[in-house]
Amino acid sequence: MTDEILKTTPLNAAHRALGARMVGFGGYDMPVQYEGVLAEHRWTREHAGLFDVSHMGQCRITGEDATAQFERFVPGDYAVLKAGRQKYSLLLNAEGGIMDDLMAGRPDHDGLYVVVNAGNKDADFAFLKANLAGDAKLTVLSDRALIAIQGPEAAEVMAAHEPVLAEFGFMDCARLVLFGVDCFVSRSGYTGEDGYEISVPNADAERIWNTLLKDARVKPIGLGARDSLRLEAGLPLHGHDIDPSTSPVEGALTFALSKSRKERADFNGADRILKELADGPSRVRVGLSVKEGAPAREGAEIADMDGTVIGNVTSGGPSPTLGRNIAMGYVPPEFAELGTDLKVIVRGKPAAAEVVAMPFVAQRYYRKPKA
Amino acid sequence: MHFSKDHEWVRFDGDVATVGISRHAADALGDVVFVETPDAGKTVSKGDSFAVVESVKAASDVYAPVSGEVIEGNAVLASAPETVNADPEGEGWFAKIKVSDTSTDGLMDRAAYDAFLATL
Repeated sequence: MTDEILKTTPLNAAHRALGARMVGFGGYDMPVQYEGVLAEHRWTREHAGLFDVSHMGQCRITGEDATAQFERFVPGDYAVLKAGRQKYSLLLNAEGGIMDDLMAGRPDHDGLYVVVNAGNKDADFAFLKANLAGDAKLTVLSDRALIAIQGPEAAEVMAAHEPVLAEFGFMDCARLVLFGVDCFVSRSGYTGEDGYEISVPNADAERIWNTLLKDARVKPIGLGARDSLRLEAGLPLHGHDIDPSTSPVEGALTFALSKSRKERADFNGADRILKELADGPSRVRVGLSVKEGAPAREGAEIADMDGTVIGNVTSGGPSPTLGRNIAMGYVPPEFAELGTDLKVIVRGKPAAAEVVAMPFVAQRYYRKPKA
Repeated sequence: MHFSKDHEWVRFDGDVATVGISRHAADALGDVVFVETPDAGKTVSKGDSFAVVESVKAASDVYAPVSGEVIEGNAVLASAPETVNADPEGEGWFAKIKVSDTSTDGLMDRAAYDAFLATL
């Protein structure tokens, strides 16, 4: 525990009214749980969970040069991204390390709308402001809160408020009037479930939050379940599973490297990243099923069957959906093949583990049927 | 039943102390998903970490409120760790420890423990 003064989101009073247990996260006073992590996790997988993610950073990057300038620091092809679509990407340093992971989209025709991680947002925005050239301009949307609704019933809940949202496919986004106010909406999230992230004006956040909670299918979900949900979905958490020392290849995020960008090799760290793609990285992020004993958490060593330490767990814990312990961590590529038997060492005790495919729990994103 | 400032409890039956974690501690941890209890024969000293309790989020050490030799760890907790949440000061006990000293020096009775919790 530190004595730092925590910032609050516009929903802080609402969390306290709901009896949330609050913790410091990313510099903010945030709800870690309401009724309990396991119950909230299961509710999200079965119904619809409501998350306050207003601590995350939201910005616009606008101007004629916005896309070209943004692309210098991310390996995604944003020049061809159509209005109404968003894309996951990585903010890369000069060494090809991952400064942050982010979502960037075109909700309208006014440049990009970008969402970054809470703990990195000040650094990200400062970096981009210092480095975006030409007429590209970054505007931080500190006047906006961000609410996520996730789960198999999320689409029905939102369609009752705005029918057009049901027609969105995964990663579609828009700027539209919702709950009577100007919102940015995308069909995406961080749980592996179908759902939406909704950027709303700070002044309207509590009203919208409470409106959504009136629906019996919706319950508030804290950061505890958000973490176990994203772990099951195989999604990395920046600062833990990926960081400025890890490359997209090591992080098993090569899907974020657009073909055209690899061909042009014109993004930060392209030399290292293309070399790793050709020759293989020295380590790679894998999923582990821990078959016995205690949960293997961040920092636990991973050993081969001879007991030689070959890597570390970067996040792990119990999977409420699977009823067993899962983890992700880094190992040399020769140990990364699915089915490889390994050991994880928890409090000095080796426990059997196996390399398994991620996501651990199938993602259920809504993909529109092909016309 | 007596309590430590680390939120463990102890109940003496002759020279056998049954120990566990308090309702307050169990509620603070949230959903318990794993408990590592000590094996019989292990010697523990007051204040030592003698067990581990894990919630979804984190692992926490449990400190021995008494010194002695473990005669039994609660085997139920291996398959049903949620017992710690359901009945922390009863069926959710962690271990039985044979002690030579049954004094409660440094421990609090329930009234004193409740008063202590009120200061947190």
